[in-house]
Amino acid sequence: MRLWLPLSIIGLWALMAILSPILPLTPDAIDLTNILSRPNLEHWLGFDELGRPVADRLISGARTSFFVALFVVLLGVSLGGILGVSSAYLSGWVDVVFVRVVDIMLAFPGLLLAIALAGALGPGIGNVILALGIVGWVGYARLARGQVLALKQADHVVAAQAIGAPPWRIILRHLLPLITAPLIVEASFGVASAIIAEAGLSFLGLGVQPPTASWGSMIRDGTRYMLVAPHLVVFPGLTLMAVVLAANMLGDWLRDRMDVKNQNSRRVF
Amino acid sequence: MIGLLGVMCLVFLLIHLIPGDPVEVMLGESAQPTDKETLRHALGLDLPLYQQWWIYFKGLLHLDFGTSLFSGRAIGDLLIERIPATLYLSLVSLLVAITVALPLGLLAAVRQHTPLDYGAMGFALVGMSIPNFWMGPLLILVGALWLGWFPVSGQEGWNSVVLPALTLGTAMAAILARMIRSSVLEILGEDYMRTAQAKGLSATRAVMLHALPNSLLPILTLLGLQLGGLLGGAVITETVFAWPGLGLLMIEAIQQRDYPVVQAAVLCISVTYIVVNLLTDLLYAWLDPRIQFKTD
Repeated sequence: MRLWLPLSIIGLWALMAILSPILPLTPDAIDLTNILSRPNLEHWLGFDELGRPVADRLISGARTSFFVALFVVLLGVSLGGILGVSSAYLSGWVDVVFVRVVDIMLAFPGLLLAIALAGALGPGIGNVILALGIVGWVGYARLARGQVLALKQADHVVAAQAIGAPPWRIILRHLLPLITAPLIVEASFGVASAIIAEAGLSFLGLGVQPPTASWGSMIRDGTRYMLVAPHLVVFPGLTLMAVVLAANMLGDWLRDRMDVKNQNSRRVF
Repeated sequence: MIGLLGVMCLVFLLIHLIPGDPVEVMLGESAQPTDKETLRHALGLDLPLYQQWWIYFKGLLHLDFGTSLFSGRAIGDLLIERIPATLYLSLVSLLVAITVALPLGLLAAVRQHTPLDYGAMGFALVGMSIPNFWMGPLLILVGALWLGWFPVSGQEGWNSVVLPALTLGTAMAAILARMIRSSVLEILGEDYMRTAQAKGLSATRAVMLHALPNSLLPILTLLGLQLGGLLGGAVITETVFAWPGLGLLMIEAIQQRDYPVVQAAVLCISVTYIVVNLLTDLLYAWLDPRIQFKTD
């Protein structure tokens, strides 16, 4: 599969997300003469219902999306990884409790739990990250546990135990390096689903609050003016789809490349 | 059973440990402290947490979900009002998904590495990446506003289910088509497929009689898991189309800070999910006698 396409899409938007504070953008500037005006040569993507430039809001929305996705995935991988690896390695009652907790978490449809959590915690970018993180770590934890269970009896681990290596050393030096590949594959799908989930929460009004731009809230606000200004819904949606598609393609490519067996990855959406 | 109990406790804790005082929301910030105390007492919110939990648990055993803080109606009635709409939407979406995904996944597997395969998988990848809160508005724009074939929202007339079911169905079809393809591909590599070919069975018969039935088993399990995603995704789709189901009830309750209703809606959807997965497991064992449940 060609890799340059997804990489350039993600790279471009990530770059814009990073650079957005220093770019000459005016995402909150209201221009009353331009309310709902259609895309034209000077302003490629037109203006929204308050007369704010859609292009500038898209770029500053990228910052929200990537910020949330980055922290949700980091939180999920580190928390899930640590818990899953320790549970599998220590076994005994720790593992029993861990499996129970994971089972209960998996008994919820993921998105539903995220919506309920975000609704209860209240809006705000920190709460969105928290809600998606609480839902997201389970997949990584289960994956890490399964991998370690399979590796625990491997010769090099038994050998390390025989020469008296402490558990933390075995985990860090002999187990973690071998389970990073599947975790990276899972994480790249995790980026896609975190971006969609953040936009979904913002669409429901449970995500970041105005005037901060988010692709999801742009779509929500745009639906009210769909007949007169379809560009308000079309452009944020296209952007969102392109970035998510790129992340999914990247995940597919990594999975084929790293020869990770097909997992039942748990998608939030 | 332990799963059900765990889900119930988690939902209870989720709602009760979160900051935010429903009494304050109901009375407004300028309310007199004595009024607040009276209401708090009337709602049982001044009891210690474990007593509140016990009351809640006892109520659930009698299928009593409490009353809505907003409308004052019994939550059980609210749920019964909303469940049929969600069930109807989910089933139609499932039908849409299977109708699209089965031929697509099967053809892609049989014609692996041809333009047909790439086309089908490309479609699936795009379908997977379209969020339903974008797909929904686009379908409304084209199907309802421009063409005028379907109602914009709500549940009026037989054709109002078309747009929301398409929204939910395509997202699911995309994921399902990928699973069907990989499942069929695995079967196509089996020895008995070579035998079928060797004894002169036509390709169509071999695929329809041998490959498809055998690959349906893993697909079935995934379908059960997918239904959970469907139920979660239904929350957003129902909001987009103002479809009067459980998902919309939950969102309305979140906006009104009607915590008992949120709690009941989450519980109701999660329990459905657990029951569906349990049924899938049982069906799986019934269809494939090689699978036995260990009783230890």
